[in-house]
Order: sequence, then C-alpha cells, then structure tokens
Amino acid sequence: MGVKQENGNLGKIVPVTDQEIDDEIDLKAKKYLRGEGANLEVLKDKKLKGQLAVREELYGKSAKAAAKAEKWLMPSEGGYLEAEGIEKTWRIKQESIAREVDISSSKKQYDIVLPELGPYTLDFTSSGRYMAVAGRKGHLALMDMKNLSLIKELQVRETVRDVVFLHNELFFAAAQKKYPYIYNRDGTELHCLKEHGAVLKLQFLKNHFLLASINKFGQLHYQDVTMGQMVANYRTGLGRSDMMQVNPFNGVVALGHSGGTVTMWKPTSPTPLIKMLSHQGPISALGFHQSGHIMATAGMDKKIKIWDLRKFEPLQTLPGHAKTLDFSQKGLLASGTGSYVQILRDSSSGTHHYERYMTHSMVKGYQIRKLLFRPYEDVLGIGHSMGWSSILIPGSGEPNFDSWVANPFETSKQRREKEIHSLLDKLPPETIMLDPSRIGSVRPMRRREKPNKERDAEVEAAVASVKSVPLKNKTKGRNKASKRVGKKQEGILRAKRPYLEQQMKEEQELSQKKQRVSEAVKLPKSLQRFAKKKMS
Amino acid sequence: MKVKVISRSTDEFTRERSQDLQRVFRNFDPNLRTQEKAVEYVRAVNAAKLDKIFARPFVGAMDGHIDAVSCMTKNPNHLKGIFSGSMDGDIRLWDIASRRTICQFPGHQGAVRGLTASTDGRILVSCGTDSTVRLWTVPVATIAESDDSSNNSVKPLAVYVWKNAFWSVDHQWEGDLFATAGAQVDIWDHNRSQPVNSFVWGKDTVISVRFNPGEPNVLATSASDRSITLYDLRMSSPARKLIMRTKTNSISWNPMEPMNFTAANEDCNCYSYDARKLDEAKCVHKDHVSAVMDIDYSPTGQEFVTGSYDRTVRIFPFNGGHSREIYHTKRMQRVFCVKFSCDASYIISGSDDTNLRLWKAKASEQLGVLLPRERRKQEYLEGVKNRYKHLPEIKRIVRHRHLPKPIYKAAALRRTMTEAERRKHERRKAHSAPGSMSIEPLRKKRIIQEVE
Repeated sequence: MGVKQENGNLGKIVPVTDQEIDDEIDLKAKKYLRGEGANLEVLKDKKLKGQLAVREELYGKSAKAAAKAEKWLMPSEGGYLEAEGIEKTWRIKQESIAREVDISSSKKQYDIVLPELGPYTLDFTSSGRYMAVAGRKGHLALMDMKNLSLIKELQVRETVRDVVFLHNELFFAAAQKKYPYIYNRDGTELHCLKEHGAVLKLQFLKNHFLLASINKFGQLHYQDVTMGQMVANYRTGLGRSDMMQVNPFNGVVALGHSGGTVTMWKPTSPTPLIKMLSHQGPISALGFHQSGHIMATAGMDKKIKIWDLRKFEPLQTLPGHAKTLDFSQKGLLASGTGSYVQILRDSSSGTHHYERYMTHSMVKGYQIRKLLFRPYEDVLGIGHSMGWSSILIPGSGEPNFDSWVANPFETSKQRREKEIHSLLDKLPPETIMLDPSRIGSVRPMRRREKPNKERDAEVEAAVASVKSVPLKNKTKGRNKASKRVGKKQEGILRAKRPYLEQQMKEEQELSQKKQRVSEAVKLPKSLQRFAKKKMS
Repeated sequence: MKVKVISRSTDEFTRERSQDLQRVFRNFDPNLRTQEKAVEYVRAVNAAKLDKIFARPFVGAMDGHIDAVSCMTKNPNHLKGIFSGSMDGDIRLWDIASRRTICQFPGHQGAVRGLTASTDGRILVSCGTDSTVRLWTVPVATIAESDDSSNNSVKPLAVYVWKNAFWSVDHQWEGDLFATAGAQVDIWDHNRSQPVNSFVWGKDTVISVRFNPGEPNVLATSASDRSITLYDLRMSSPARKLIMRTKTNSISWNPMEPMNFTAANEDCNCYSYDARKLDEAKCVHKDHVSAVMDIDYSPTGQEFVTGSYDRTVRIFPFNGGHSREIYHTKRMQRVFCVKFSCDASYIISGSDDTNLRLWKAKASEQLGVLLPRERRKQEYLEGVKNRYKHLPEIKRIVRHRHLPKPIYKAAALRRTMTEAERRKHERRKAHSAPGSMSIEPLRKKRIIQEVE
C-alpha cells in the first residue's frame, strides 16, 4: 500500500500499488493489441466462435506480456526537457543544453562549415549510425556517426540534387545532373540509372527494395534494386514537383505539386490513389509521422497544416513558412525555414494539438535545406547552404532499439545476416496500399440487394399476360412445334426486357458512384459542377 | 531546467569478449515495424513452398512377410517395436529404427486375424481363423542387439482352442482381460483357457473389438450386421447398439477424449461418435474413395490415420471433415492395417503387398534432435502459414497433392454424384410446400437406428 510521506524532500520514490501497476500495464497493452478485437457476436458458427474466442484471449495475453517487457525490461529511458519556473522550453538554447548534458552527448552537437560546395542534403541509415551528405556542387560523403569519422568522400563534379541510402550503409544513390547513380561504400560507381532521367528527389522503400524517383518532367519511376527491374513508370500529369516523401507506415509515395495538390501513388496503378488540394500555392514541404496517420504539409501560402490521413481532414493549421518538415520517432515535428528551426510537440496524444517545444536559430546567412531526425538518438541533423550541423533535441528519438529491426551497434556479420533476411522478406510491390492491415482480412460479404418485390410482381404479371395470349393456329405446315415454342420464348423475353435494362442501368450507376466516391476531390462548392463534368 | 538526452555507452550494448554471445535487445513496439501483415504474408508463402520442398514422408519399407499383412499392434512399453501378423499365420516383431525383424512367432495354422499386446508389454496375444488364441512372451532383453535374431522364434506361452474362428482381439488398457471377436464377443483372462464371459447380441459375426482407453471396462465392437455395439464388462448384457447403413470395419477410441470414438466404414467415410449420444455422428470424415479398412488415433488425440482399400493412407484431423494428408505409392496395394506410432511422429501401414511401410506423420518434419532455435523457427513458420492459409496463393500451395489417376477420377466421380444428388434434392425442396421437405444432415442420415 502507499506510504505517506512526512517530508516532501525525502526523495520522490513512492511505492506504487499493484492496482496502479496493473492499470499502467493495461494502458500500455493497448498499443500492442493493434486495433480492436473482432466482433464475435455476429458469428453463427459455434465452433468458429469458440476457436476465435480462444485466439482473442491469446492476443490479449501476448499484448500484456509485451507491455510487461516494455515496463521492466527496456534498457534505456527516453530523453526529456522540462522547464522550471517561468522558463519556457522554446527559449532554451543549445549551449545551455550542452552544459547540462554529458560529454558524449554534447559531442553530438556540431557544425561543419563547407561554404563552397553548395547547400547540403543528408540521409541516415535506418539504424542512425551512418549518414550520407551531398552538397549541390557534387560533394558526396559517407560518415560513421558513432565514431564521427569520415568513411568516404567523393567529388562527382556534377550537380547532385539528392542522396539516399539503400537498404544498408554499403549502398547509396545520388541524384546527379542527368541521371541517378548508385555508389558503393568505397565510392565505386556501381550503376547509372539512365531510365530515371534528371531526378529531383529520391526515396527508398525499405520493405520492398524499391527506389522511387521523381524527375524534372514529373515522371515517377519505381525500380527494384535487387533485380534491377523497372517496376513502374508513370507520368504524374501535374508538371514538375520538387517534393517527394514516403509514408513509412504503408509505403505510399506522396508528391507535392506546384498547384497545391498532394498526390499519393502506389506502383501498381497509373493514377494516384489520393489527390488532395492542401494549399493555395505550391507545396514547399511534406512530412509523415511514423504511425502513418498524420501528415504535415507546408505551402507558399505561409501555412503549415497537419492532416489526419484516415479522414483526410486538416487537424491543425499553423502559421509560418517551412522549407522542410520532418517527424521524429517520438512524434516531434521539426520545421525549418531560412535559418530558423522550430520543433513542435503534440501536447496531448488524444487531440493532436501541436505546440512549440524548442527553437533554434542558426547564423543569419545559413539557408536550411533539409532537416532530418537521427533514428534512435535525440539528434536533429540540419543540412544548410554552408555545410551541415547537428543539434540536440531531447525526447525526439526512440530510446530502445530492437536488434532485429535496426541495430546501431551492428557488426558486419549481423549486417550480412540482416541483408539476407530482409531479402527473403522482400515484399512484392502489390502490397503497397493505403490500409496495409487489409491483407489477410475477411472481405465482408456484400449482401445481395433483396430483389425488389414490386418489380418482381410486375415482371410476373407481364410474363403471365404474354403467356395467356393464344397463338394463331397456322396451317399448311407452318405450325411446327419448335416454331411455336420459339415464338412464345421471344414474347416472354420481350416482356422482360425493359425490367432487365432498368436493372442493368441501376447497377452501372452504382458502380460509377462508387468510382466517384473513391477520388476525394476537395473543391469549393461553386466549382464542383465542373469537376463532375470532367470525370464523367 | 531538467534535461536528459539518450546516450548509450558502447559497453552496455556490445559484447566484451569474442567468445561471448552477441547481445540482443528487443522492443516489441508495433510502430517500429511497418507493414507487419505483408511481411508475415510473404513469410507464409515462403514457408508453404519450403514445406513442399522438404515433404518426403516415406521413410522405408519392412519386408519379410510372404503373405498380406492382416493386423498390427504396438507395444505400449517399447516405442521401437511393432508386431505384425500376416495371412499365412506368420507373426513378427519388428524394430522400427533398423526396419528388421527381431523375432518371429510361428504357430498359427491359418490367417492371423488379431494381435494385441498386454499393458505391461510382456505378453502378446494373437488370434486367427484356426480358432486358436495364442499367448506369447515378448523377448525384452535382446531387442537392442538384433544381428542374428531374425531367425529367433519364440514358443507360445499358451494356446487356447475355442469353438469359432476369431476376427479380432484387443487387450484392456489397465487390467488383465482381453476380448476376442468372432461369433460372439468373448472376454478372456490370461490364465484361463476358456473365456470368463461372453456377450451376444444378434446372430452375426463380430468383426472388430476395441477397449476404451479411459474407462477400462467399456468396449466397442462392430459386427457384420452393420452395427456398432458398446459393452460394459460390469453389466451382464450389452449396453447400446447403433445400426448404420453399411458395415464398420474398424473402430478406434480417441485417447485424449475417451468418450469419443471413430468408426471406419465400408462406405468410404469415417464417422466420429460421442459414446454417450449415439443418435448422431459428431463428424463425418470424407475423403477416401473405397472402403476404409483400419483406423488408429495418434496419442495426442488430435488426428487419426486411416488405411483404405483404395491403396492410400490418409491422415485426418479429429474434428475436420477432410484429410490433411494422403500417402500413396505405386507399390503399396490394398492397405489392411495402419498404426500411429506411440510418439506421434510415424505411421506404419501394412498392406496387401506383404510390406509394412514406415511414413512420417508430418511429411516435411525434420527428424532428430533440433536445436531450440531451429524448433522455434519451425514453430513460427508453421504458425504464420496457418494464419494465412485461407488466402488463395497459399491455399493453392498447401493443398496441392499429387493423386494417382484412378483415385483422382474416382473422387471426381463421387463428387459429381453427390453434387447431382444434392441439386436434385434442392429442386424437389424448391418445388414442394415450404417445410415439407427437410434436409437430413449426413451425420444422421447414415444411421438407421439406435437400439438400447
């Protein structure tokens, strides 16, 4: 039972009751349940019901076990930043954080100044250990962030617009002036991907081993890097778009266009899955939350919008420009514009209300090009016009990694094994869909519409009337039995025809309506009539 | 201001010496793993394909008999041994591991119809068409060395002659009595040369008898008047009788649920009954295309194996209507007896072509000692395959079996016949007054009546 404290200064260790522990574990177990349990009441089959009930109970037990493991067995605790008194967290500077924190963490704050080689963009591997930087004037570098050492540096003597790691640190792709190239860790050029053309942005889908690229002409390419096969190649039809992001939850690629629309693509369809009009000007930045349900977009109309991707509705609109947006593993949103970085935090997870958590101003002349949170660390990497920097953002990284998902302390043997296992588990491109949990789920039986009773009665009446009409008795060999039967059938068909046509028309309308509903076009009411015309 | 930043020290997360194991840290958060269901699906497809690649169920054949193998029995105390009797009176004890005869029990003049071993495994009881019941002592010590023992023959412990030919014999699970089936059901004691008790119900021969594993005094028999009769030794008269449309060749009790038994019938189906409620079958197991000759439950009670006149051996789940596995070979002719080994990993079938064949119960199982990691991986692959086995791509791979052409055609013919019957019944129902025609489930339809 809880012990009353006489003196408030005697430390904050209060023995927790068993009930509180149980409640906490129940709360944590919800996350591991992955959604609601199945509704077993509608089942009529008793055997199936019994089997499913046993299985649901097992799921509950495994979720509880995972919650207990999370509570007691995790080696590290997350970072935090708490302001005391009248202090506000967004006024705290990086220097004051560096003073409070241990030496190894303060080493993670640094500035690399390379003014001649152009604005820098960067990419981290999924374990957060390696970083690739690319300067616009052709400078490519690969760094090991654990030892803060440079692995390889090359100068390709061409414009480099984007760099992205493939499945591990051994390979990275650089979008150069005319085509993207794939390089080895030693700097050897392995492939020149001519089909992609002059690529503006590259993204790598880890589970599918697909390299997605958007080029100057607005063409979207998907290439399988294991076999080299070009999986898909689509014209977006919306012109040049400079923004591309991958939704990590479902593998869907989102493009931001200059008309203010965000389109989402999958490799198996030539038309976008979703087209949303988000801003009244070109889209300047896109970011996806790790859970896949929240998207942040920024436009030239000086607005940053946070979208709910289940209902496709804006949850929140914040004022301000943003040249780059990124979500961290713990859900912090970083937005950068000019030389100013702003970190927003979800105040309460239920309502999704983002407010200012931290800010950072760099030296006035630095133009921020890319912000990227380092996985599994409380570090934000900033690529800007004068090089790249890194600052500490407490509470942004996931403290406990899973060795079989991404291991920052990977040995080369582990890396080889992981490569093989991820190749065996490579997902086919058909598995990319908006709702990935639909795989293996039961499609609800579409109850066939109960036949319209009145219509049935009408059809019966018409057929009966046709049947009752006596056929003319022909003579002289013209009254064959087969001809009589044929004439009767013809009469019945003629009677039924209008009803069948009506039924077909209704079905066609239904299918058309369904097609229309799936494309969520957000237009003001006055323009909607034009949109319908275009689609029909 | 209170600040804490994630800082990991390398020593905590890496191993100290190269002889240590690598450290593994786990975080089960679903947010770290994206597209779990798709990954599981891909793994299920791969698992199904690997299963098919490694599916080699036939282990070996044991030959030695010179006539068809008519009956088999397991030694409950010794996993490696199996007894088999053939149609020319030859009884052999086999060592399954080396697939050789350990010793022979010559003596029967006609076909050996029934074999059973006592619960302690020391006495073998055999009965045959020469109206004798013979008791043999099972050699225990020399089972390990079997170099020259294929010529070993054992003299019978006792020979009891009785009035009629015997069709089957079974030993009580916990006790000293055994029952024979012939013109009537006789209960014998080891030391008495005459049966201590006799049960008769009807005038037809009783063709098989089985004691209940859970209740030592209950036994089930099947007779050639298409009936299944349950007896209780403590009562002087038989307990219940169930008459079906066709004859039951063999019965086996479920060792884990001893109130249920499954009957292998002449009409190519197996019927599972609850002994307490005999008016309706619990489950009908349909897949054979010819009479089912023998049936045996696995010690786990989860599945049973059947051998049929159509030259195949099938494995059924205890509550499922269709078989999960079929084994056939060109050389295996009519299967007369099957047994599930006591460790639930092997199946032994004895057939018309004088051979006993040893099969694996799970066709792609890796035999031998598995490391814990291997075992866990196999269990995981099994689990993920079962989770998605209803999806078309995986279902197609998992279901695929090569059937011999006559069986494939016979099964297709049966299917069209039952389908035609069903369609005709539907049409009759549709054209008659609603409620006047009701469909009788197959579980009930094959039963004529139950008699007290």
